[in-house]
Amino acid sequence: MLAGILLLLPFLLFALLPTVFATHDPIKTSIRELYTPPSAEHFFGTDELGRDVYSRVVHGARISLASASLIIGIACVIGVVLGTIAGYWGGWSDRLIMTLVDLVLAFPSLILALAVSAALGPGLRSAIIAAAAVWWPVYARLLRGITLQLAEMEFVTAARAMGASAPAIILRHILPNAVYAIIVRISIDLGLAVLLLASLSFIGLGASAPTPEWGAMVAWGRLYFLTEWWIGGFPALAITLIVVAITMVGDGLNELRTIR
Amino acid sequence: MGKLLLERLLTLVLKLFGMAVILFVVTQVLPADPAAVAAGTDARPEQIEKIRQELGLDRPFHEQFITYISGLGRGDLGKSLLTRRAVSDDLKLRFPATLELAILSGVVIVILGVGLGIIAAINAGNALDWLIRAFVVIGMAIPPFVLALVLQLVFAKWLDLFPLEGRLHTLMAPPPFRTGLYTVDSLLAGQWDIFWSSLRHLALPVAALALGRLAVGARFTRSGMLETLNQPYVRTARAKGLREGPVVLRHAFRNALIPVVTMLGIQIGFLLSGVVLVEVVFTWPGLGRYAVDSVLSFDFYAVIGAALVIAVIFVVSNTIVDLLYAQLDPRISHQ
Repeated sequence: MLAGILLLLPFLLFALLPTVFATHDPIKTSIRELYTPPSAEHFFGTDELGRDVYSRVVHGARISLASASLIIGIACVIGVVLGTIAGYWGGWSDRLIMTLVDLVLAFPSLILALAVSAALGPGLRSAIIAAAAVWWPVYARLLRGITLQLAEMEFVTAARAMGASAPAIILRHILPNAVYAIIVRISIDLGLAVLLLASLSFIGLGASAPTPEWGAMVAWGRLYFLTEWWIGGFPALAITLIVVAITMVGDGLNELRTIR
Repeated sequence: MGKLLLERLLTLVLKLFGMAVILFVVTQVLPADPAAVAAGTDARPEQIEKIRQELGLDRPFHEQFITYISGLGRGDLGKSLLTRRAVSDDLKLRFPATLELAILSGVVIVILGVGLGIIAAINAGNALDWLIRAFVVIGMAIPPFVLALVLQLVFAKWLDLFPLEGRLHTLMAPPPFRTGLYTVDSLLAGQWDIFWSSLRHLALPVAALALGRLAVGARFTRSGMLETLNQPYVRTARAKGLREGPVVLRHAFRNALIPVVTMLGIQIGFLLSGVVLVEVVFTWPGLGRYAVDSVLSFDFYAVIGAALVIAVIFVVSNTIVDLLYAQLDPRISHQ
């Protein structure tokens, strides 16, 4: 977990202070410096428009991490609300919500995200909404399970006997007890969200032309990959490393929980 | 078992219906006008209007929906807006290409994943175990499209061991159509050179698809094996004087397989998502690339069709995994 945090640190710094770490303007083109290999001036070389690949990777960290957080944030809020409703009230609301959950989860995630983001039109925003749209069922299922379990507990029965309203019970007794499980789940999902977003961009459904988004950079770099490998290679490496880092942190958190 | 099978089949049909509804509703909110797409870029308004009527896009939503769903029952997936060909015909051509890729990857994942997991578990704690675990962490994190590109660069460009892209050497004609799987068809026709070529073309895409999933498989098998190897009944078997081989394979393995099989179901979903990306990189003429091409050109019946067929593969294989699971763990079918 420590190794994961160390690996994640540079990306967090890039994301917070991109202008400090970038050496060049990430979208400024330069006709005199097309396809230059990595050098002291351009650490990761330059791309087909003479843009500095290193600076683009640095700026990409913010886009990637912010988008992934947004995806999981939206999915988490929707999932938590629907999951607690399904678990607490049961009955037809439970059946309706869980049917929808099952149907969405019956798709391979990228396939449904592809259809949704196609429907919304290409762009980073659509890709984020699409990813969240296929992700909320994970949280709905998690919260339903936790709510079902907690609703049986004595302290919840006691609260109900004292006349506490349903929203009060959910907010004061159920959600606080679910927080740790949600955090662990988020830490695992963040890496997968980075991956899903990069995949959508790679296909051509995410960020558009000048935006330094890693998946889109790999997609463009693919055209030159066999000769100018650095154009797509470094953003590809960035995606892989950040996913490794997030996964290691997530695994660590998960182990901490089982110890507790 | 028979009752279970019937029950699962019924859920499968209902599920597919529900999924078709979701896809249809989602793609209906397309911002682009499908009729304008079909008419081409420099069509006049009245031409677009005519095409709208031809395609039935001027009718109210629920009518379009009923037409689509009832067509679905007959295996009619509508017409592509771009080529005007029936989507089902297009998909029939591409389905075997994806299936061949997916099946072969599945076999590799199961054999190597489970194999590596067992080896790691038996050697728990020593260098070999450590090596396999390092491979697992890396394998899980590399996105399939990145791996595909790296494999292309190393094994096709630098080492020149495998072909760069496609299903077959450009100068070769596909084998006579029987199953659509080139490896099977060429064997049936006795065309060894075509069999060899198609196998070589499969190598890199399969590797790109399988590595990540195989890593997960190995991880699950390892922990499953470690757990069962510490169970009292395994200790008893050892105490009876059984040799290590039978103890590992006959006593521990079967029970260790249960979590592995559950995991496999989820992995198939990742595998099918990966297929889309890998097909794009290797210009593999399968469903995934068809879906991507259709999405980028707003060809919405084609998008629904391709997504639905991929979803069918997922749901059907998950049902098979479910039944396998019940076979493996007798407690389940009694519930």
